[in-house]
Amino acid sequence: MTRWQAFKDSYFLYSFKRDKVAVTSFVIFLLLLVMAFSAPWTAPHNPYDTATIDIMDSNLPPAWMDEGETRFVLGTDIQGRDLLSTMMYGMRVSILIGLGAVILQAVLGIFIGLVAGYAGGRVDAFLMRLADVQLSFSTLMVAIFISAIFQTAFGAGRYEQMAVPILILVIGLAEWPQYARTVRASVLGEKGKEYVEAARVIGLPSMRIMFRHILPNTLSPVLVISTVQVANAVMSEAALSFLGLGMPVTRPSLGSLINSGFEYIFSGSWWITLFPGFLLVLLVLVINLLGDWLRDVLNPKLYKG
Amino acid sequence: MLEKSALVTLNKVVKHFDISGGFLEQLRFKGLRPRLEQKKVHAINDVSLAIEPGEILSVVGESGCGKSTLARTVMGLYAPDSGEIYYENTRIDTLDSTQMLVHRKKMQMIFQDPYASLNPRMTVRQTLEEPLRFHQPSISETEVRDRVAEVMEQVGVNPVWGERYPHEFSGGQRQRVSIARALMVDPEFIVADEPISALDVSIQAQILNLLMEAREQRGLTYMMITHDLSVVAHVSTRVAVMYLGTLCEVAPAANLFETAKHPYTRALLSAIPKLGQKKPRHIKLKGEVPTPIHLPSGCVFHGRCLYANERCRREVPRLLALSSGVQVACHGVEEGRVLD
Repeated sequence: MTRWQAFKDSYFLYSFKRDKVAVTSFVIFLLLLVMAFSAPWTAPHNPYDTATIDIMDSNLPPAWMDEGETRFVLGTDIQGRDLLSTMMYGMRVSILIGLGAVILQAVLGIFIGLVAGYAGGRVDAFLMRLADVQLSFSTLMVAIFISAIFQTAFGAGRYEQMAVPILILVIGLAEWPQYARTVRASVLGEKGKEYVEAARVIGLPSMRIMFRHILPNTLSPVLVISTVQVANAVMSEAALSFLGLGMPVTRPSLGSLINSGFEYIFSGSWWITLFPGFLLVLLVLVINLLGDWLRDVLNPKLYKG
Repeated sequence: MLEKSALVTLNKVVKHFDISGGFLEQLRFKGLRPRLEQKKVHAINDVSLAIEPGEILSVVGESGCGKSTLARTVMGLYAPDSGEIYYENTRIDTLDSTQMLVHRKKMQMIFQDPYASLNPRMTVRQTLEEPLRFHQPSISETEVRDRVAEVMEQVGVNPVWGERYPHEFSGGQRQRVSIARALMVDPEFIVADEPISALDVSIQAQILNLLMEAREQRGLTYMMITHDLSVVAHVSTRVAVMYLGTLCEVAPAANLFETAKHPYTRALLSAIPKLGQKKPRHIKLKGEVPTPIHLPSGCVFHGRCLYANERCRREVPRLLALSSGVQVACHGVEEGRVLD
């Protein structure tokens, strides 16, 4: 209970409550999260269940338009799936991939950054050049490369089953240098401090000093870039799916939904692209706004009077 | 190796730091010939020192003379470039980290800045428990709690405050916690790197007294790094004076303040203001301290010494034991040129 009390009295919560943008973003973000993860119970239709999809319902406009039906509030896509349900399911996929990719990036990047910063010298030079090489390829290029190889090697059918873990792997591998660099920079600052020397005088092994003593003191910048990276990963996934290298049409993410509607936008079916697009922008925007706020709070140099 | 009575022995320890940077920064052209140029800071040059059990050896000298580097080299935080360090009869500078563990328990260090020497993300209890659990993995939960409470009590920090974080304490209290951490593993030898220089004057005496009490109760040996000469006079049994990474003089504290031999020591001691002194008798040195990157030849002090002659410019003086336990590295004293 004391921990809760401490949280209630903290500067963190105080500044959060005073920042209207942060509060609004947080509320919207929570709403989107609930929408996405409660989809199997709250969505009006199940887009994964082919038995309930009727091709005769395809391409219906939103309910408030003349040809719209009240069964499908935001209309249907070209296969006759309810767009609202498909978006909810799709957002779930997008967020899952985003979070998964960020966790992978973080694990890789934090470990490499810690080792590089703490060991220094040649190890540091080698790992950081590796990061530079990785960063010099654009994320999309690496992702396209890997998924293209996978698709040809295992066939499109197998790819459809494996799409989520592969996308997590691809996006995670492409962006770890962001974490590695941030963590290394903070480690370089921390390792000269006397508490690290004190830990060495006790005789603690390097691994323990790195993870128990240095890592907790480098976590606030990591927290900040994590929010930005989640947004980035969601965008990368959407971009890949839009290019046809991401989630298959049978289990669409927001990106592949936008893509599938794009072909019909000139035949008048604007809703298939517009609604998922709007949802994607909203999701990425609120995450970024939250990240901005977090950076301001965790950086004491930016305290505003 | 000879049997030694000393607890810690340093034999011709040298520590240099390479500051020349990467390959491209080292590259210089002389005419058209490329060559690599390395720059080194000569932090410690040929220091030999023996610390006897039970004594308080103070190392004094001005900023940048290598005092802290010496302390960290003794503790094994820096590996010496050459020379040997012994703990009792074991050579410790070549041990790997697992072999060193036995000695880690016997040697501990107290740091200068109490704001940086405690991990801000660990509570006082976690900080104090860590060395104990690490060195005695089999120790029981109640024993850990008792030991922590006992040591906290001893350093004057209420054990109830164990759940607090370092930022909730004042500088003096943090330094007490820092001392408690060093005492947790029951060491024999403590290196204190300017333990009071970051503290408020009113707290300095308390912390010094705490260190002295701990010494009496536990029979500790101290190596105290400091630049505060009044502290040196107050607490230490022996004093080592350093200049530019070199030992000038090692003398019993009482002797040093009355009959300093080395010209640098005399100049240093003459800088202490004395109560009731009408005309301060400062020995004024000429020039500046040379950079430790390019050490002067011969005696490092020759450029500023009033007694320097040709031999001082050529030949590095060795530490010479005089009667009465004083060791001086000075050609002038050896030849009798420097008069009392």
